[in-house]
Amino acid sequence: MKRFDYVRPLSVADALAAYTPGAAYLGGGTNLLDLMKIGVMQPDTLIDLGRIAELDAIEMLPGGGARIGALVKNSDLAHDRAFAAAFPMVAEAILAGASGQLRNAATIGGNLMQKTRCTYFQDPHSPCNRREPGSGCAAREGDNANLAVLGWSDACIATNPSDMCVPLAALGAIVEVQGPGGRRDIQIASFHFLPGDQPENETALQPGELVIAIRLPAEAAAFAKNARYLKVRERTSFAFALVSVAAALQIEGGRITAARLALGAVAAKPWRVTAAEELLAGQSPTQEVFARAADALLEGAKPSGENGYKIELARRAVVRALQMSAAGTPKRMPALPASSFAEEASHV
Amino acid sequence: MSDRVSETVTMPMRFGSNSGQSVTRRDGIAKVTGRATYAADNHPDGMLYAVYVPATIARGRVTHLDTAAAKAHPGVVEVFTPKNRPPVVGDPDKKPFMFAIPIEVLQDDTVRYAMQPIALVIGETLEAATEGARLLKPQYEVEPARTGFDAEPAKRAAAGPFGRPAEVVHGDTEAGLSQAKQTLDVTYDTPAQYHNAMEPHAIVAKWDGDKLEIDTPNQAIVLSRGFYAFYFGIPADNILIRSPYLGGGFGSKAVPYSPLVLAIAAARKLDRPVKLVLTRAQMFGPVGHRGATRQRLRIGIDGEAQMTALDHVSTAIVDSFDSSFPEPAANASQGLYNASSLHSLMMVVHNDIGVPGAMRAPGEASGSAALECAIDEMAEKAGMDPLEFRLKNYADVEPGTGKPYSSKALRECYAEGAKRFGWAGRPLAPRQMVDDKGFLTGWGMGTALFGAPMFAAQARAVLRPDGTGLVETAAADMGQGAWTALAQIAADSLGLPLDKVEFRSGSSDLPDGGVAGGSGHTATAGGALHAAGTDAIRRLGELAAADPQSPLFGTGNQGFVARDGRLYAARDESRSEAYADIIARAGGQEIEGKGSAARPPEDAARHAMYSHGAVFAEVKIDPVLFQMRVTRLVGAFAAGRIINPKLAESQLMGGMIWGISFALHEEARFDKRTGRIMNTDLAGYHIPVNADVQGLEVITVHEDDPYVNPLGIKGVGEIGVTGTVGAIGNAIWHATGRRIRHFPIRIEDLLA
Ligand SMILES: Cc1cc2nc3c(=O)[nH]c(=O)nc-3n(C[C@H](O)[C@H](O)[C@H](O)COP(=O)(O)OP(=O)(O)OC[C@H]3O[C@@H](n4cnc5c(N)ncnc54)[C@H](O)[C@@H]3O)c2cc1C
Ligand code: SF4
Repeated sequence: MKRFDYVRPLSVADALAAYTPGAAYLGGGTNLLDLMKIGVMQPDTLIDLGRIAELDAIEMLPGGGARIGALVKNSDLAHDRAFAAAFPMVAEAILAGASGQLRNAATIGGNLMQKTRCTYFQDPHSPCNRREPGSGCAAREGDNANLAVLGWSDACIATNPSDMCVPLAALGAIVEVQGPGGRRDIQIASFHFLPGDQPENETALQPGELVIAIRLPAEAAAFAKNARYLKVRERTSFAFALVSVAAALQIEGGRITAARLALGAVAAKPWRVTAAEELLAGQSPTQEVFARAADALLEGAKPSGENGYKIELARRAVVRALQMSAAGTPKRMPALPASSFAEEASHV
Repeated sequence: MSDRVSETVTMPMRFGSNSGQSVTRRDGIAKVTGRATYAADNHPDGMLYAVYVPATIARGRVTHLDTAAAKAHPGVVEVFTPKNRPPVVGDPDKKPFMFAIPIEVLQDDTVRYAMQPIALVIGETLEAATEGARLLKPQYEVEPARTGFDAEPAKRAAAGPFGRPAEVVHGDTEAGLSQAKQTLDVTYDTPAQYHNAMEPHAIVAKWDGDKLEIDTPNQAIVLSRGFYAFYFGIPADNILIRSPYLGGGFGSKAVPYSPLVLAIAAARKLDRPVKLVLTRAQMFGPVGHRGATRQRLRIGIDGEAQMTALDHVSTAIVDSFDSSFPEPAANASQGLYNASSLHSLMMVVHNDIGVPGAMRAPGEASGSAALECAIDEMAEKAGMDPLEFRLKNYADVEPGTGKPYSSKALRECYAEGAKRFGWAGRPLAPRQMVDDKGFLTGWGMGTALFGAPMFAAQARAVLRPDGTGLVETAAADMGQGAWTALAQIAADSLGLPLDKVEFRSGSSDLPDGGVAGGSGHTATAGGALHAAGTDAIRRLGELAAADPQSPLFGTGNQGFVARDGRLYAARDESRSEAYADIIARAGGQEIEGKGSAARPPEDAARHAMYSHGAVFAEVKIDPVLFQMRVTRLVGAFAAGRIINPKLAESQLMGGMIWGISFALHEEARFDKRTGRIMNTDLAGYHIPVNADVQGLEVITVHEDDPYVNPLGIKGVGEIGVTGTVGAIGNAIWHATGRRIRHFPIRIEDLLA
């Protein structure tokens, strides 16, 4: 392997101080180390965040929001009772991702920052504009059945594979980052970038900046009673989404008063269109209304390769997710979270 | 260094027969506690690390490797390329034995498939060698890769694998089709699949002069010695292969593939032990795979739904330079249904890929997938229940050849399986069943068939002065439980409880235990052990019968019964003596028995020999999203004598899970432009996870087979894959009304 330095700072300040161009922050390593082993990422310094205690807390904020430290493990967040009660679809999305072992190792910051699963990105021998700007996009004419149908460009058709980020986007989460220039907040909607002609610019994080925490605003907790995540995948568990949907509603007197809706695995960022949510407000929760919202959410969708099926699948998944959310958040986490088989007997 | 396997089995004693008992796997605890040493766990002194450098194009020539940069990296000891390749004596392009394939050991700079070796980097550490390999930055002269069925017109295969002909004709299927009342003509595709055993291919090679020791997972330990002897120009007796534990083989660990030979050559050249472990990605090319197939099936039936023709043409994608292993899918249509004319033919299309090979139920799995779906389609056309249709076309003698079956309890499998599953009352038409949650529900079935081969093996059995036993044969336990089942057979033959028998296996200095393949290992190695044990008991009996002081004196003509460490006169059980006493009086020398097993060709010629089974599947499918799940699988199998029900059922279950995998998950995804596989890890190459496997039930149907071998053993290793794939495909049709004629079946297929 390429040699690299390894440092393990104990504070955010030390972590930032350790940063030099070419360094990478290490969370659980479930993505970064894999990419290093196959030669896709080659940092010359690894700054292991694992001992920074100040980043490892889940705080339920007085007004009803929450602040999650970047180092909190995916499993710990999903199993935090207070958090899961307030933001059930975030917990459900996390539990629908990867496997138990991976979720135990993966951090919230790492999940937010995880790279695309585009197979050409993961293969240093293929042209890839995202990995090597200007080299071309091997996926355009290649194996692209699970790549983007929204927001893609000729330069890149990759998707963001995170489950967790989909409900976070729907709920308007805020990413707290800290860099040499101090702290700032970034709305999740502007955190991940669409590829445009510079797919190598993946996020709003500046070099050296560290994700410190993710905040959920107080109003997001108001959706707790009707909030679901649905993930369609090629096996019952442990597979990245073909499409996924976070759908949350507030329903009063049989009418939707507010809605939150986002799609995953269809674009380089979680796909949220507020017009689709506005369309739902004031309506009764019926299939026709849901179908209109789905159409609005998918407006402009077009295949980037052999993936046209994802558009129809996404449309159906949106309707289903809204139906599930209208039916109410289940009291207990389903045995198979986010699965259309959720209510089937548990396999565990 | 791990010693060869030598563990006394400590199990509760059972009086009488060890066989037939569900003894727990004797290697289980060693494996779950990490005590089991796999090949890559070995670290002989002075060992170097080899890193395999694979081609990243599928066809062309390597024009440049930056060996200077690699060699300059600290810790890199040597960089082998065609310019300084470590010598191999035997011609790598020759095929010294059946099953051998031409190998690439850096003999030139051509690239004939992606992941072929183009260099081998040796380092003092794995990290150094890995970085050296990265620094090579190969450059190529690329030729367009030939990928997929459209690469060239299909040609007739020269021959099928395993010495079988490319074409088998019984009667005239064209005539049978033209006379038929109804016909079916369908084409099914199956993808390239890669074995992906949990343990990657690995080797630790150590030379001492012209003596070679290797630790490597191997399914054919003694046979492989011969291969390596050929490549390195030394007598086979100079080679010791240790293979005590295998983390799965599935057919991919039986022949010496290029990376293994290269590592041994490197160790010889450098005169230091060398370890090479392939990465998961590197297993997608040089170590075999199941080739993709396109199968055309034509079936004709008369007015009674009796098959007048079954015509199966399978086109397999093969490599461009050997072509010896077209996935023999068309074979699956021989031997099963009573069609008045039968035709199977193998065709090939050459691609720039590694040589395909045997992968669990080679031909039977892929062929059965297509055949069983086609049978279902024919039954549908005939307006018949698929089970009734199969019974209507039940073969009481092997179709075509007319040979009697050595045994065939398939009718009982159908009946038992159908009963357990609750098949009766299944609506004929599709899309009739919806469960209480709204899921489309479908039921399908398939027939399972797999040959019952036997190979050749030897064994040694020793009765020790203390009355305990020692048995030896170089068998391979790939996780299937061979050590346990074979030890049971050996203990029975010696008339001892399991815990009084030491069983040595997994090392090439023991008598040849044959190949662990073709589902014939228990029959073969078990047969040899049985013969050896019987021989030892016979010698012991001779001693006793000739000894005036023995209660058994003079009983030699009636024969003996050996039980629980005592020898009894066969017709007078009041006369008996403990083994230890007989041996003590005879001078205290251990008694050695030898045995071998092989099926006499005349036995093979007289009978058709198969294991049979019937698999029933239930699927549930989301009516809108089409997410699919196999909710129940019931398999009833007749496979001769079952030595260890627990292990046999586990094998059959494992096979059925492979069936789920084949039907819904597994597929190597090729980039059509480069000919490279893009999903070379287990995040991308899907196999079922626990949540995909529900309600799995196995029934073994009793079968006495006096012809297959003296023990009446058939095989259980591979048959579970057959039947299952078709059953699932048919259940998906039954749930949705959609015939998807390729595997794996995906959400997007049902959505379309
Ligand atoms: C087999 C497999 C299956 C998977 N399936 C799924 C799935 O179904 N759904 C899903 O959502 N995910 C899935 N994942 C991805 C998984 O969620 C991510 O690997 C994980 O969340 C990454 O977290 P980590 O802490 O391990 O990140 P790391 O690997 O440590 O880091 C990932 C990236 O984030 C950067 N980083 C980490 N922390 C910070 C920080 N605080 N500030 C700035 N940058 C940071 C790193 O530099 C790196 O670039 C799967 C992964 C694997 C290996
Ligand atoms: S889609 Fe994006 S990530 Fe994938 S190869 Fe193209 S540029 Fe690279």
